Amino acid sequence: MNRRRLIFGAATASFLLPVAVVAAEPIKIGSFLSVTGPASFLGDPEKRTLELYVEKINAAGGVLGRKIELVIYDDGGDANNARTFATRLVESDKVVAVVGGTTTATTMAAIPVLEDAQIPFISLAGGIEIVEPVKPFTFKTPHTDRMACEKIFEDVKKRGFTKVGMISSTAGFGASMRNQCLKVAPERGIQIVADERYAPGDTDTTPQLNKIKASGAEVIVNADFGQGPAIVTRNVRQLGLDLPLYQSHGVASKSFIDLAGPAAEGVRLPAAAMLVAEQLPDDDPQKKVVLDYKTTYESTQKQPVSTFGGHAYDGLMLLVRAIEKAGSTDGVKIRDALRATKGFVGTGGVVNMSPTDHMGLDLSAFRMLEIRNGNWKLLY
Amino acid sequence: MVELVQLLFAGLTTGAVYALVALGFTLIFQASEVVNFAQGEFVMLGGMVTVFAMKAGLPLPLAALLAVLVAVATGLLLHRLAIEPAKGATVVTLIIVTIGASILIRGLAQIVFDKQFHALPAFTGDEPIRLLGAAILPQSLWVLGGAAAIVLGLWLFMERTLLGKAVRATAANRLAAELVGIDTRVVLALAFAVSAAIGAVGGILVTPITLTSYAVGTLLALKGFAAAMLGGIGNPVGAVVGGLLLGLLESFAAGWISSTYKDGVAFLVILLVLFALPQGLLGRRAVERV
Repeated sequence: MNRRRLIFGAATASFLLPVAVVAAEPIKIGSFLSVTGPASFLGDPEKRTLELYVEKINAAGGVLGRKIELVIYDDGGDANNARTFATRLVESDKVVAVVGGTTTATTMAAIPVLEDAQIPFISLAGGIEIVEPVKPFTFKTPHTDRMACEKIFEDVKKRGFTKVGMISSTAGFGASMRNQCLKVAPERGIQIVADERYAPGDTDTTPQLNKIKASGAEVIVNADFGQGPAIVTRNVRQLGLDLPLYQSHGVASKSFIDLAGPAAEGVRLPAAAMLVAEQLPDDDPQKKVVLDYKTTYESTQKQPVSTFGGHAYDGLMLLVRAIEKAGSTDGVKIRDALRATKGFVGTGGVVNMSPTDHMGLDLSAFRMLEIRNGNWKLLY
Repeated sequence: MVELVQLLFAGLTTGAVYALVALGFTLIFQASEVVNFAQGEFVMLGGMVTVFAMKAGLPLPLAALLAVLVAVATGLLLHRLAIEPAKGATVVTLIIVTIGASILIRGLAQIVFDKQFHALPAFTGDEPIRLLGAAILPQSLWVLGGAAAIVLGLWLFMERTLLGKAVRATAANRLAAELVGIDTRVVLALAFAVSAAIGAVGGILVTPITLTSYAVGTLLALKGFAAAMLGGIGNPVGAVVGGLLLGLLESFAAGWISSTYKDGVAFLVILLVLFALPQGLLGRRAVERV
């Protein structure tokens, strides 16, 4: 079993024993993350972030005068494992809340278990189905792909265009975002004039782009992450298409610019504030939070910060805040406090929850970026 | 017309890679009747080793040479450590051995290199060439030219050298080849080495267009195998024809029918061809030689 148990509370407590009063038991917070497997690029920074900040919180005296004990399991990206570990967190570890669920699949598998046990659960995955319809004990921190579509369409309209040619991958993220984009397009006054697909691993999208060109599209929107967007971007330039190209938040990492090379110039995308932390204006509410997290993470972990670790930071901080507000570790009370969250500034945006909104982010959480001179440029 | 030329070149470029993978399949199949599913990993090694050697400061030609050598060494090790000890096992067992080997190579590449995608600079610039209104990357011409050179070189080797004739003799009848004094073990090792080299060169040529990562081999092996089947497994000309045809099918299906179902369309055509000609387009009539 790849079971991992990290008892920071105990470790820290043993140092502090002579001074601290050892009365209160630690508060157990559970997590299941895809630390290994295909989603490890998400799960690994999430795990590092949780460990790092639980240690910090404990060093500063813990929550409600009690230490936090973090129990992390690695589900390897497998939804079945996620469900098993969720059950174990509830039944044997008896955690008060869960912050985890790297992918939408692992999250969805664990939701029934945690809902049954009335354990507050803050997911770190993107899919909108996690919080729609609202489930009493399930929350999430990352932006959804629907918001990415809305942000893109908002910018498209702003530039005076209405005809969009979509090109998306047939795999998970691309397919889901495509569906959301098709759904919100009419509401935003956008006409989808082409809807092309390519399979993961495809190395040439010029046939699809040719069709988009012929469809009379004014802009191209590409929904995918990884290698696909880099190839689409290169192909657009190869064909000499003079249409603005939008990518999704799925490519919001430096490796996209490296892979797409000079073809990436002028590409626009919606992304979290983290990517342009230094460029945020000083009066931006998120600037301090994002910069603090970035410096803390990069100085301790010796690797560049990612938005994914930020989701875990937001989840943990939301939970800690809710436990403090509730003054209790009772599941229902924590849930009520989470729901009442207003004006929490996280790395993903300013969070305002309500009984009907368990994510609490609006479009302002996404920034519109453009790639200029091989770097991100914050537009607004 | 513009669209036709564009689709044609897109299909030929993709197809040239499939053709090289299919050629690798064919060579090893001829010498041993083993379908080597680790063939895609040679393509991956070609690209990945070149990328990392260039990052370490080597110029492109040296990095490419190193990549081919690494792939050839891997091919020889695969033969020596996995195929040779299993001598006498059934063909199915040997095929499973190669699948295992491909998983191992992929896993090692993931650890030795990393899990990210990487690009190589195009050999002669990124500025597209205009041909009848269509935009073609100079690198596509490298891929097509490189593939043509490999096919020609292989043909000369098979037809004009003693060693090549030994390979063909082994393919025709292994026992008879042994009886006339051909060391079929050497021939088989040679087939693995040449297959690996062909795959690696293919990987180096296409990486500037397609990008590469530790995992690109799986899909290429699948497509290359389909191409080999389409052309008639065991026939080098068939491998090239099958590869190019598969690339063109995908490209025209995406351009003219539906990009969502382009792989479906391509595989449907393959199925129909195999229903009509079970031995593939240019395959030999089924000969019982188990």
